[in-house]
Amino acid sequence: MEERESNQAIRPPTASKNILQWLKENLFNTWYNTLLTFLAAGFLYVVLTGILTWAFTEANWGVIPANLQIFLVGAYPRAEIWRIWVVIYTLSVLAGLSAGIWGGLALRLALVIGSLGGGIGIIVAFFPIVPWNRLGLLAGVVLLIGSLFWSRRSKGLRPWVLGGWLLSFPWTMIWLHGFGGLATVFTSSWGGLLLTLILAAVGIVVSFPLGVLLALGRRSSLPTIKWASTAYIETVRGVPLVTILFMAQIMVPIFLPDFRIDKILRAMLGITLFSAAYMAENVRGGLQAIPRGQYEAAHALGLNYPLMMLLIILPQALRSVIPAIVGQFISLFKDTSLVAVIGLLDLLGIAKTVIANPDWLGLQAEVYLFAAVVYFVFSYSMSYISQKIEEALGVA
Amino acid sequence: MADLENSTDDSIIICEDVHKWFDDFHVLRGITTSFERAEKVVICGPSGSGKSTFIRTINRLETHQRGRIIVDGIELSDDLRNIERIRQEVGMVFQQFNLFPHLTVLENITLSPIWVKKTARSQAESEALALLERVGIEEHAHKLPAQISGGQQQRVAIARALAMQPRIMLFDEPTSALDPEMINEVLDVMRELAASGMTMLVVTHEMGFAREVADRIIFMDEGKIVEEAPPAVFFDNPQNERTQLFISQTLQH
Repeated sequence: MEERESNQAIRPPTASKNILQWLKENLFNTWYNTLLTFLAAGFLYVVLTGILTWAFTEANWGVIPANLQIFLVGAYPRAEIWRIWVVIYTLSVLAGLSAGIWGGLALRLALVIGSLGGGIGIIVAFFPIVPWNRLGLLAGVVLLIGSLFWSRRSKGLRPWVLGGWLLSFPWTMIWLHGFGGLATVFTSSWGGLLLTLILAAVGIVVSFPLGVLLALGRRSSLPTIKWASTAYIETVRGVPLVTILFMAQIMVPIFLPDFRIDKILRAMLGITLFSAAYMAENVRGGLQAIPRGQYEAAHALGLNYPLMMLLIILPQALRSVIPAIVGQFISLFKDTSLVAVIGLLDLLGIAKTVIANPDWLGLQAEVYLFAAVVYFVFSYSMSYISQKIEEALGVA
Repeated sequence: MADLENSTDDSIIICEDVHKWFDDFHVLRGITTSFERAEKVVICGPSGSGKSTFIRTINRLETHQRGRIIVDGIELSDDLRNIERIRQEVGMVFQQFNLFPHLTVLENITLSPIWVKKTARSQAESEALALLERVGIEEHAHKLPAQISGGQQQRVAIARALAMQPRIMLFDEPTSALDPEMINEVLDVMRELAASGMTMLVVTHEMGFAREVADRIIFMDEGKIVEEAPPAVFFDNPQNERTQLFISQTLQH
């Protein structure tokens, strides 16, 4: 015992130990640790063999590829799916261009998105589970990398790419809905992962600036703005998201009978306005951590309020609350599954309809596990991206 | 204008019966004085005497509630455009440096010229490098504030204020937060600045600096100017007994 401790003292911490030594030191060093090790191993064996036996012999995975299209896009007509690919390719090119022009953070983000798309793309390309376009995702990755290299350091493209991102959302909505000679695909047939991603993306992109404005409003010295922001934040935080979604579906048509706002648009509005209140409180937490001297120095240099906030206060406030903000994004992403209660068929809603299909009775486990994996892949990607952002900003 | 009889055409700052309250606490109780172009004035006094508050009213980091302050012909009021114009004329150096921790030394200095004065980035950067050379830390231009010492940070803060080409510089206890061995490197920069003809208002406890550099010393206590005089008179022949007490206490150690 003593000898081992003195050995550890002189060895650097990276010194390699062989596996047996490691096992002996960490798992079998006392009689109760040995007992715990055996108990844990036994438990793991039972659980894992159970899961693996089920996954490889009993589970009927055929339900996933057979329904993959509706999992991914809901009732979006098969003949029009190429339009979704056009959207994916447009976004790939925009992401590639941003990475090429700005480098740094945009580059890291594009790499995460690219490797995610590439990974799924390779699986799809080699396993015959997708009925269409097996090389589609890989083509997207190629477009991303291609536009990245093509645009390297071409600063002149910046305004165009920014404009592209701004237009990408309305354009996506109009394009998927159809105009001119394109067949109209009503939003009632949008569903599955497509719907989940659209709701989450809009919620995240819109609720973030809204939340920042609300946080600034709550700290404003103008009483009206301060009062209105506080009232909004506290009201929304006091109501469950489901209630807000129901209100958006049922109350809005009652109060505003002359306006016919699209169902998905109303869901987006509900999710965004709900998330903005939480975002505001996260941002406010960051703002409170900024010392008064930073405001005074900015004032003394002649910066006006917008410049002071944009250049000095918000960059510092936001970087300190990245984990909270990303946590909010992830929970927003998962909360989109609540739109099922108002009759929208997002990924989880689709999962329920698949289970209810008489052809696939009794396959809850397979279907829900698949949905869980999809949610996990996206949630974990966001979490990973936030770690990368923190590293890039030097706050990790 | 009877109160302003001792201000001349050369006055760049005119203060007339300036009062300020923090809630019920009467911090400034009628300050009347004026400052001439290129004058160096050291303001001293015991803590809580209102000296920091007073110089902070001059670029309106604090608002005054009664009286008038006129800086370079512009009267300070709630008018935001006036405040922004004056803040471009008046540079300020703080006790706690207040550099922007997320920006490099160079970015700290170029930020305001680029965004407020709309100077071209390349020009702002070359001017900033020249200023860094003037304060003797050009080799740290691309470091973050946290990576340099307190004395170096304060010299960057001086360079940052100078980058706006101010006519007046306010120093609010610039050496009070520094380790003793770093005080002189900051005072040296201030001496050089004084020699270049800048109008300077300095709140400080550095009496050696005051005696050497100041044209006039203002002694404040309980929100009032108790005595103002050239250093020779102030130190060797103070008139007011509170001034005498203060000088004997500060010069003892």
